[in-house]
Amino acid sequence: MSDENETSVFDVLKRISDNEWEVPVGFKPGMNVPGRIFVSESLLRMLEMETLGQVANVATLPGIQKYSMAMPDAHLGYGFSIGGVAAFDKETGIISPGGVGFDINCGVRLIRSNLSEQDVRSKLSELLDDLFKAIPTGVGSKSRLRVTDAELEDIFVHGVQWAVENGYGVEADIAHCESKGQMPGADPSKVSAKARKRGRPQIGTLGSGNHFLEVQYIDKIYDEEAAAAMGLKEGQVTFMVHCGSRGAGHQICTDHLQILTSASKKYNISLPDRQLACAPAQSQEAQDYFKAMVCAANYAWVNRHVIMHWAREVFESHFADDFGDLGLDLVYDVAHNIAKLEEHEINGKNTEVYVHRKGATRAFPPGHPDLPDDYLDLGQPVLIPGSMGTPSYVLCSTKDSMEISFGSACHGAGRVMSRKHAKRELRGEDIRDELSSRGIQVRATQPSLIAEEAPAVYKSSSEVVDVVHDLGIARKVARLLPMGVIKG
Amino acid sequence: MEATQSVNSFQDTYYPHKQNQLRSKVSLMDERFEYLEHTADAKFRAYGKTLEEAFENAAFAMFNVMIDTDSVENKVSQEIELSSEDIEALLFNWLSELLFVFEVETMVFGNFIVDRVEEDNNGCRIYAKAIGEEIDLSRHKFDTEVKAATYNDMKVEKTPQGWMIQATVDT
Repeated sequence: MSDENETSVFDVLKRISDNEWEVPVGFKPGMNVPGRIFVSESLLRMLEMETLGQVANVATLPGIQKYSMAMPDAHLGYGFSIGGVAAFDKETGIISPGGVGFDINCGVRLIRSNLSEQDVRSKLSELLDDLFKAIPTGVGSKSRLRVTDAELEDIFVHGVQWAVENGYGVEADIAHCESKGQMPGADPSKVSAKARKRGRPQIGTLGSGNHFLEVQYIDKIYDEEAAAAMGLKEGQVTFMVHCGSRGAGHQICTDHLQILTSASKKYNISLPDRQLACAPAQSQEAQDYFKAMVCAANYAWVNRHVIMHWAREVFESHFADDFGDLGLDLVYDVAHNIAKLEEHEINGKNTEVYVHRKGATRAFPPGHPDLPDDYLDLGQPVLIPGSMGTPSYVLCSTKDSMEISFGSACHGAGRVMSRKHAKRELRGEDIRDELSSRGIQVRATQPSLIAEEAPAVYKSSSEVVDVVHDLGIARKVARLLPMGVIKG
Repeated sequence: MEATQSVNSFQDTYYPHKQNQLRSKVSLMDERFEYLEHTADAKFRAYGKTLEEAFENAAFAMFNVMIDTDSVENKVSQEIELSSEDIEALLFNWLSELLFVFEVETMVFGNFIVDRVEEDNNGCRIYAKAIGEEIDLSRHKFDTEVKAATYNDMKVEKTPQGWMIQATVDT
């Protein structure tokens, strides 16, 4: 980033505290509320001016409450910025697919084990080879699971419940998925034939881009009590799955974006960016999108569930003979591209709002009724993946998260370098060798895909997590270091 | 926004099957498209002497994000006809439709012929062909996958030289 850019970002923003910065009303015409960016000063130096513009654009939408927010991993997106969070009143607000993104319910899940780093290290290479074989990745990859139209509808409506009933995963997994992996309100009749056609062959596929399955070990525990409640301890091996709703979700967003573009005109909503196309929350157009979005969200939970199931099988084939029960329990699964109807206290009054989180994780505090029983006293686990060579974090939400950020936290490290730029500057083979020298093995369909996801293209995950911790949105529980990763 | 990379100077060899048509509309511009910097996604400008040519080059730019289109042979042609309420929606629709066919038919395209783009009071329509072949992973080295077209910072503009299309695609 140039000095010129830095100066202008600091010129615009008003400092509220060390980690809170305001985009004042008036920065762009028509802002209904200020913007609120949760970043440290050093992270702010990496923020693009256009990202502030995107935060301000969201603030112009009808019915927005409190602030248009951006999490510490914020960067330039389309429509909403990545890391964008905004809540719109259920009656006077809007619903916008641009606040969710194309990869509906892109998210992350973490699976623990009884294995130690030493147990896995000697067999890591074979383990990764088999994971790479078992889980389809990359462009044009198709699943070995083929579902019928009727099954697909069932998946859209029942999510993870369908998976468990069909032999993928176990009953105990369900409670550890956000929304129990089955968000209510799905209506498959709002999903086009095109989206179904894309969805049928892709359940249990990782896809491409920043999606991955990573084998990790816990190198540091920050909070023994919380870690124990999640079944985590130092030296333990875990694996993490990051992916979303694949072609089905992309098509649902594409289809409804076209409808909502017309609807914005019909309802006289003036849009600073057409990607923010939206309609009044209770209109037919907005509700149709929402019902279809729920279908994609449920599909994504099933996708991650099936991938987890296959990965469990691979782990068992390598280690069950020697170690018996591997304890491959699902710690938690969070969505980070989604819109939800939630109740929040606004100006002392309980208010129903459609919270849009685009590249942001839900972070509900201890005692929230939506939490599973075993995490009720703890607070919701928040999973923050690092980049390929950098640590991931497990946090748990704290009591102030609702007040600060509508119960939302960051979702990752946040890019600082474009894919094009990364491929110009970095060679995939070099990155692979460098990671390998640090004990991290990578399996990818193309070396260039390693370059575009190299550690250098992301902000420091530690710095991003520290902001969330210091703000009191969620506190650090454990740090996970990568051992091996498979990518599309 | 600064243009950072110019690629694929106009060459007739890209369109071996279309030589006659192309000779009659040789572009004065020395580039068909260029990529712009965007942190998370891919953003490009595509040019054309006519609106049709700009639509062709926008599709060409999008597929070149995913693959070196030189590796794609011209074996199969897919007809694409679409209508939309305005020109931006038509561009969104055009790029989205190509991605749909790419995924469900497992076809990759390296050439695009837009016969005509019509604009009137009833909206806009495109009549086009995408030319390519079945995906063969042993020959087709895929790079960044484009997940979707977006409306972000989209522009379809008449310029002194012809037309300029700006688009951002989700990767």
